[in-house]
Amino acid sequence: MWRYLAKRLLLAVPVLFGVSVVVFAAIRLIPGDPAQIMAGQAATQEVVEEIRRSLGLDQPLPVQYLYFLRNVLRGDLGRSLFNGAPVVEELGQRFPRTVRLALASMAVATLIGIPAGIAAATHRLSWVDTLVMVLALVGVSIPVFWLGLNLILVFSVRLGWLPAFGYETWRHLVLPSVTLGTASAAVIARMTRSSMLEVLGQDYVRTARAKGLPERAVVYRHALRNALIPVVTILGLQLGTLLSGAVLTETVFAWPGIGRLLVDAVLARDYPVIQGTVLLIAATFVALNVAVDVLYALLDPRIRYA
Amino acid sequence: MPSSTPESGMPSPRADLPARNGPAPPALLERPRPVWSAGVVVWRQLRRSRSAHLGLGILTTFALCGLLAPVLAPYDPYASDLERSLRPPSREHWLGTDELGRDILSRILYGARLSMGIGTIAVGIGVVLGVPIGLFSGYFGGWVDLVAQRVVDVLLAFPSTVLAILMVVILGVGLQNVMIAVGVVSVPTYARLVRAQVLSLKEQAFVEAARALGAGTGRILFRHLLPNTVAVLIVQTTLQVGSAILSAAALGFLGLGVQQPTAEWGAMLSTARQYIQLAPHTLVFPGLAILLTVLGFNLFGDGLRDALDPRLRL
Repeated sequence: MWRYLAKRLLLAVPVLFGVSVVVFAAIRLIPGDPAQIMAGQAATQEVVEEIRRSLGLDQPLPVQYLYFLRNVLRGDLGRSLFNGAPVVEELGQRFPRTVRLALASMAVATLIGIPAGIAAATHRLSWVDTLVMVLALVGVSIPVFWLGLNLILVFSVRLGWLPAFGYETWRHLVLPSVTLGTASAAVIARMTRSSMLEVLGQDYVRTARAKGLPERAVVYRHALRNALIPVVTILGLQLGTLLSGAVLTETVFAWPGIGRLLVDAVLARDYPVIQGTVLLIAATFVALNVAVDVLYALLDPRIRYA
Repeated sequence: MPSSTPESGMPSPRADLPARNGPAPPALLERPRPVWSAGVVVWRQLRRSRSAHLGLGILTTFALCGLLAPVLAPYDPYASDLERSLRPPSREHWLGTDELGRDILSRILYGARLSMGIGTIAVGIGVVLGVPIGLFSGYFGGWVDLVAQRVVDVLLAFPSTVLAILMVVILGVGLQNVMIAVGVVSVPTYARLVRAQVLSLKEQAFVEAARALGAGTGRILFRHLLPNTVAVLIVQTTLQVGSAILSAAALGFLGLGVQQPTAEWGAMLSTARQYIQLAPHTLVFPGLAILLTVLGFNLFGDGLRDALDPRLRL
C-alpha cells in the first residue's frame, strides 16, 4: 500500500510541473509586454520597470520560470493589481468558502444521487427507473447558472424563503449547494444504477438470494458495498467538477469564493490573481485525483496489483 | 500482392460489427454484406430507441430553427424598440421582449444557429487535434505515448471551465476564440478515448494481417485502426457537442464568450439576470433553449451508444 501511495504521489509531480509551466506560459502568451500587462494600463513607467525587475522579466525565459517557481514554492504569488493585497492572502480567505460550498454540494449530490440510483436499479424498467433516468439526463443537460437563477427566482424573489446572496449562515448555503450539486447528483445516480445492476447480476448475489435472505439484506448488505466502489471514484472526480462548477455558481450567488475571484480577475485583467487562482484550483484538482486513486486502492485491493 | 491490399481493409468493420451487435439477424452473420449493412443494423437499433427518437426530434427542430432563422423569425433580432422593452409574452411577441425591446423569440432562433455552430466547430477542433494524438500515442507507445499522455494529464489537471477561461485569457473574448477555447478543452477526452481503443485494436489479428500484407504505418493507422474507432467517436462526439454548447453558453454568461449585442443564449442570460425581478421571462426562455438543445444531444448520444455498442448498455 505504501509503495502504491508513493508511486501515485510521484506521478503527480510531473503533472504539477506541467501545470506550473502552462500557467507561467499563459501570461507570457498574451500579446504585449508582460510587465505592462502585469502593471495594468494606467501604471507609470517606474512601476512597469519595478515589476519587470522584480519578476526578472529582463532575464531569459528559463531563468524567469525558475524565479516564478521559486516564488510560488515560497508561497509568494504576487500582489493584486487593484488593491495591492498579496494574492496568497486573498486566496487563503476565499478558498475555505469555496471548499464549504463544494462540500455542501457534494452532500446534496450524494444524498440524492445514491438513493436515486439504488431505487432505479432495484426497480429496473419500472416507472421509478424511467423517472430517475429522465431526471438524471435533465440534470446533466441543464446550464448550472440558469438553474441557479431559476432557484433565486422561485425561492428568493417569489416565495422569499431563502436568501439569494450572502454566505454567513446555512440558509445562504441552501440554494448555491443545490444548484451546484444537481449535475453531480445526476452523474452519481447514473453511475450507482449501472454499478448496482452489474453487481446484482453476479453469482454471489444469486447465492445470497438462494439462501433465503430478505431482498433488503441482499441489496443493502451484499450488493451495495461492492456497487459503491466505482461510485467512490466518481465522487472524487465530481468534487473536482464541483470546484469547476463553483466558478459559475459563485458568480450567480455572489458567493465570495475563489471561483468568483477568478471571473472578476479575468474581467479586470488582474493577471497575478488569475495566475494564483488557476494554480490553486489545478493543484487542488491534482491532489483530489491522487486522493481518489489511493482511496480506490484501499477499497479494492485488486487495483494495487494491476 | 498489392491487388489484395484494398480488400484487406474491408474485413475489419465487417468482421467486427455483427459480433458486437450481439443479437444481429443470423443472415448478417452468414453472408458477407457491403460495409454499410452495419449502418442498417445500427439504424434499426436506433429506430427502436425512444430516447434517440426524442433526441433526434429536438435536434432537428433546433437545427431547422437555426438554419431557417431569417425566414422564421418574426422580427429583426437586433432591432430595438425602447418603447416596448421588457414586455411579457403576448400575441405580437410570443416570448416577450428584452431590455432593449428586441423580440426574444427572434433572438432565440438566431441563437440556435450560433450555438449549434459553436458546438459543432468546437468539437471539430477537439476531434482534429485529439484523435491523431490518441492514434499515434496508442500505436507507437514508448516515448511518443509518454510525452503525449503527460500533455493530456496536464490538460486534465485543469477543471474544464477553468481551462476554457484560461484559454480566453490568452486569446481574448469573441466568437472565434470561444470555439477554440471550448475545442481545446475536449482534446484530452478524444486523445484518451482513441488511445484506449487503439491499444486493444492493434493487438488484433486484422492489424497483423494488414502488416503482413505490407501495409505501411499510415495505412494501418488511418485505414485499419481509425475506422474501427468511429463508432465510439460518433457517440462521444454527439455527447461532446452538448457539453460544448453548455461551456460556450457559460462563457457567454460570464461575459467571457460571445459578446453583446450578439444573440447568443449565454450572453442573453447574462443581461437577463439584471431583470430577474422585473421581467423573469427574459431569463426563462434562453435558458430553456440551452437545456433542450443539450438534452437533445444527450438523448441522441445515449441512443447511439446503445445502438452502436450494446456492451455499454446497462
